[in-house]
Order: sequence, then C-alpha cells, then structure tokens
Amino acid sequence: MSRALVLAAIRRNLHRGPLPADQAALLHARLGAHPRGPIPARSRLPRAEQIALFVRNAEKEFGTVARVAEPAAVPGAIVEYLAQQNLPSELVMAPHPELEALPWGERPLLHVRIGRAEATDIVSVQHGFAAIAETGTLMLPSGPERPTTLNLLTETAIVVLRASRVVGAYEEAWDLLRAERQDPVSDGFMPRNVMLVTGPSRSADIEQTLELGAHGPRRLHIVLVDDDEGASAAA
Amino acid sequence: MLQTSSAFKKNAAAALADPGLQRALERTKPHFQHRRAAAVAALPEFEQLRETGRQIKDHTLQNLDFYLETWADNVVHAGGEVHWCATASDAREAVLDICRRVGARVVTKGKSMVSEEIGINDFLEANGITAVETDLGEYIIQLGHEPPSHIIAPAFHLNREDWEARFRKAHTDLPADRIFHERRDLLTEARGELRQRFLAADVGITGANFLIAETGSSVIVTNEGNGDLTQTLPKVHIVLASIEKLVPTLEDASVLLRLLARSATGQDFSVYTTFSTGPRRPGDRDGPEQYHVILLDNGRSSMLGTEFQDMLRCIRCAACMNHCPVYGAIGGHAYGWVYPGPMGAVLTPTLIGVNQAGNLPNASTFCGRCESVCPMKIPLPGMMRHWREREFERHLTPAFFRRNLALWAWFARRPGTYRLAARAAASALGLIGRGRGRFHRLPLAGGWTNGRDMPAPEGETFFARYAREGRRTSGIRR
Repeated sequence: MSRALVLAAIRRNLHRGPLPADQAALLHARLGAHPRGPIPARSRLPRAEQIALFVRNAEKEFGTVARVAEPAAVPGAIVEYLAQQNLPSELVMAPHPELEALPWGERPLLHVRIGRAEATDIVSVQHGFAAIAETGTLMLPSGPERPTTLNLLTETAIVVLRASRVVGAYEEAWDLLRAERQDPVSDGFMPRNVMLVTGPSRSADIEQTLELGAHGPRRLHIVLVDDDEGASAAA
Repeated sequence: MLQTSSAFKKNAAAALADPGLQRALERTKPHFQHRRAAAVAALPEFEQLRETGRQIKDHTLQNLDFYLETWADNVVHAGGEVHWCATASDAREAVLDICRRVGARVVTKGKSMVSEEIGINDFLEANGITAVETDLGEYIIQLGHEPPSHIIAPAFHLNREDWEARFRKAHTDLPADRIFHERRDLLTEARGELRQRFLAADVGITGANFLIAETGSSVIVTNEGNGDLTQTLPKVHIVLASIEKLVPTLEDASVLLRLLARSATGQDFSVYTTFSTGPRRPGDRDGPEQYHVILLDNGRSSMLGTEFQDMLRCIRCAACMNHCPVYGAIGGHAYGWVYPGPMGAVLTPTLIGVNQAGNLPNASTFCGRCESVCPMKIPLPGMMRHWREREFERHLTPAFFRRNLALWAWFARRPGTYRLAARAAASALGLIGRGRGRFHRLPLAGGWTNGRDMPAPEGETFFARYAREGRRTSGIRR
C-alpha cells in the first residue's frame, strides 16, 4: 500500500509513469556494468609501491603494521607484539582456514580460542580479505570464517593480511568480492556485512579533540605477510 | 522534537549572548574548515569526483522509482524486509511494530538524522521502550535532553565541564568523587557505560548514508564503531533511511564516499564504512537475525520535478554549515529543528512548512560559501531565494517587510524619482553627519546602528559622482 503510494508520488512529480521497457533495460545494463568513476592517481603504482602506500596510509590513520616474510612467521610476530604492548598471551581468532593452518603449536604459551569475540575478550585476530592502498583501508566481509565481532569488541584488533591482497582503489576490492564470493542466501555476492576499516576506533566529539578507542578497538595492528610475487620481483 | 524554527530571531539573539556556545563556535569553526581544505588540497581529483558525484545523484533521482524497486527487491532476496513509509508517523509505527513483535525493552541507536526527524526516541519512550543513543555526541545530548546542534558533531556546543557534569549526574553507579583528569577519562567512562547497553539491547537502530540498488545494501559511516556494535549485537537491526539515500552501484557509492569524509571531518576516509545486506546467513556466528529497512519519504518526493530537486543530492556532510557565517555566529539550536545551517534552511521549509520555517531561508548573507564547498554542488543560496519568493507569494512575509518592499519597488520602477529621492536623502544625511562622519543612531535603521555606526554619506549620490568623474576620466583617456 505504502509502496504504491510512495512510487506514485515519485512518478507524479517526475511527470511520467513507470519507465518504459527500453529505458529500464538501459538502467539494468548500467547496474550490470557498474561503471567506475574517476580513480585517484595516487594508487596507480607498481606493486611494491602500492603495498608501501597501503602501509603508509594505515600508519597515518594510527594503525601499526608488522611485515613478515612468510605465513609461518605470523604467530611469532603476534607474540612479540603482545609482549611489546604488555598484553596477555591470550586471543580469540577467526575460524579461517588460512589462520588455522599457521604454526600456533610452536607458541605453547599463547592461548588461542577460535570463534567469534565476546565482551570479555581482550585481543582478536581477524583474517584480512583485501586492503585498499588509496586510504590504508582493510576490507573485512562477514562470513562463518570471519565473524564481525572480531572487528569490534576487543581493545586490540590484529588483522593478518597477505600483501598480494592489497589493491589500489575501492573499486578493485569490490571486483575481488564479486569474483570470489557467492552468497548462500541472495543470488549475489554481498555477504551480510562488509566492513571497510581504516585505523582504530576514535572520536572527536569531546571538544573536537581526537581520542582513540571510542567504542571499537583502541589499537589496530596489521601483520602483513609479504607473499606478493610482483612486489618481490620489482624489489 | 519540539520545533522552534518560527522563533528563529529570538533563538539567534539568545545564541549570540551565550558565552559557552560562543567559546565552542570559536573552537569548532577553524577546526572543520582547515581540515576540509587540507583534505581537498591533497586530492587532485576532488573537482572531477564532485562533478561525477553530482551526475550520479541526478541520474538516480531521475530514475528514483526504478532504483528504489530494484533496491527493495534485492533487500528481500538477501532475507531483509522493507517498510515503505510515506510519513514520519508511518515510520514511527513501523519501528514500534517491529520492536513489539520481538518484545524489545532496550533499543540502542547509531547516529541518524532521520531518527531525529521522525522523533523516534520520544515515541519509543512513550511506548515503554528505552532508546539509548550510542554515538558519543548523541549520548551526551540525550543525557541533557536537548537536540543535536550539528548534523555530524551533535554536541560541538558543549564544553568539557558540561560533559563532566552530565556524566556525574547520569552514571550514579560510579564513585561520586572520581576525577576526570583528561578527555580520555570521559571517553573511557562512556565506553564502559555504553558497552553494557550494547550487550543488553534487543534491537539496534541505525541510519544510512547510502542505499545501494545493485546489492540491496545500506551503508553507515562512523569513526567510533558504535553504529557497528549497534547493528551487530542485537537480534534485530532496523535501518532508518530516506528515499534520496539511494545510489545505483558500489562504484557509485565509492565516488560519493571519497567526497563525504573529506567534506565532513577532513578525513580521507572514515574509520568504519560498513555495508549491510540482509540478516545473519546460515553458518554465521554473529550478526542480527532480522534486518529491516524503514524507507521514509516524508515530503521528499514532492521536491522532485521542482526547483528544490537538487537538494535531494545532499549527502549530509555538514560542509555548508561548517563554512556558513550565520551558523558560525549562532550554532545549530537557533534554527529550531533537526537540520541547521544552509542545508537546513532549504530542507526544513519542505519538511515542516514555509509558514513555520520562513525565517531560515532569510537567515543568509548570500555569500555563497555553502555552495562553493558543497561536494554535491547544490545551489543552496539560489534555493533559499526560491523559498523567499514562495514566502512572499503566499503572503507569509511580515506586513512591515511587505510594506517597505512595496515602497522600495515603487521607487525602483521610477528611476527619475528614485534618483531624486536618493539625492535628497544623501545630501540631508551628508549635511547632518558632516561633523562626525558617522551616526551612532539613525531613525528606521536601528537594526544597523545597534551593532555599529552608520557612516555618513558625503552628500553626493553615486550617480551624480559617476556622471562627474566619468566625464573627467574619459577626458584623461582622450
């Protein structure tokens, strides 16, 4: 009822009825082609520089980045970070196969729980789907293997990201999602939730003065695994 | 919320005399302006993005029915529900109905201007449901029972001592003699208090910066993460969105997102930009079980096809008010309703009527800064002028102004008489003011002389002098 009412009001004011089939077809074609707008030149770089731009922008937004040469070095890098920050050796980790395959057994003092985050968790480890160099932004789509609460509830959020997953612009990250994901409910590719995260939580609501850690994590630490062949070939 | 737009002049006078507000304005204005300027300067493609953004929104508005239907179908495909609401009252009822169906007692809320527009908090309270604002700025103004004074910095008008006083009064579970050493202590206390609310809430309500037709998604942009906690932890997520939030694709949204944060806070990108599409999927370990969108028209469709259609491009970045000399002098509360500043001066008359809000489009110096910083190139001064015309046509302008405008028009249409009268006035004033060169007080010009002196004319009109000097200059040229 209300749907018809709102649509009728829109058409009345646009001085037309429902779109004729040929015009609707053009709009469907535009949706299918999803044309890109201007892509800022700042991220149009060779691979190694693109990855460096991501790191620089993530750090500019108060994130921290540790680069490791191979996946096997990730648990060690996390243990080291927790010790530096004086944090407990206890974390909740995304049930992602790439994370579960890491050699956690070599770090017997680190207690790893796998699942979603609860309010009592202090440190989380998330799997990075992709990252955008243009603004130092992580793309974290939800799914059974990547619970959203890991991005939000802990004071310290750690994201493990492969350097080969760094792209220049948002549009390129959307293309990865389109190509690689099939949603179990809709016929599309969008999961329930896609978070684009740029640095740790913050607020400037108190006298326009920036403070980190408003409701989400106070610290965002990225462990970047240097697996990008284009980048190492260039280096 | 209580609407006081009709009392704008009184509100503005009170705002000018409020030292706390003036201190806050002093602090806030340069902050926003410098940060935006730096962010824009750092992106050479900004102008190109602005033009593309304008085209995207214009294209969407021209085909709004098509894109709304496509979007709504995609929301349903993803397992969500769309509630089409023609009026604010329809929207309130739809929210209450969802809350009742799930037996909700506590609702957490992310920041949403549409939520203020439909007055959902008071309505839920009246129906026995507690609504808790979780954006830090919205939370502190909710504690003070006042409306937001800015669309992205709702509590900019408060100073630190206001925060402390309100926290002491509200958080009675904490030791009364605690000390707030720095701003960080306030933030930590709010974080602790609100964390309990996030976990206790049955329903989470957020706004939407964009709706995406291609995927049936709603998008929110925050820096705190409160909007994400609001929509992730409770069983039910309700999105409040108005019809003009629509864009066709993720690529279109990406263009607008590049403009939004830069124009608003001067960030390159906000901390959390979140795309939500339907409820929890099979196998998901978190996220809401229900996803509803309240799609609100509330008079917006009536702006299509009129001189106010361009206003529907607005992405609520607040650049216009951050650069407005009028807003900068009086803040947001004086505007008397949800949307302040230049964008409010255009939007508010549509939503509550020009008879109530006629003062707002008149509260402008027409300096044009709002239009020059608007990322969507909305011709705000031009539209304020349209409202003034409509106000005049409907005889809503006060009799005093109408009489004087008519008098001026009578002279303006008779150039000879006009010049004669101007010559008489200029020479009379020139003669009287000869001694001091200025007037402290002048009959019929109290509005001017109450605040500053009126310079005395030199006794000659512009036309007379132009005729004389024009001859002389042309003589030199020859």
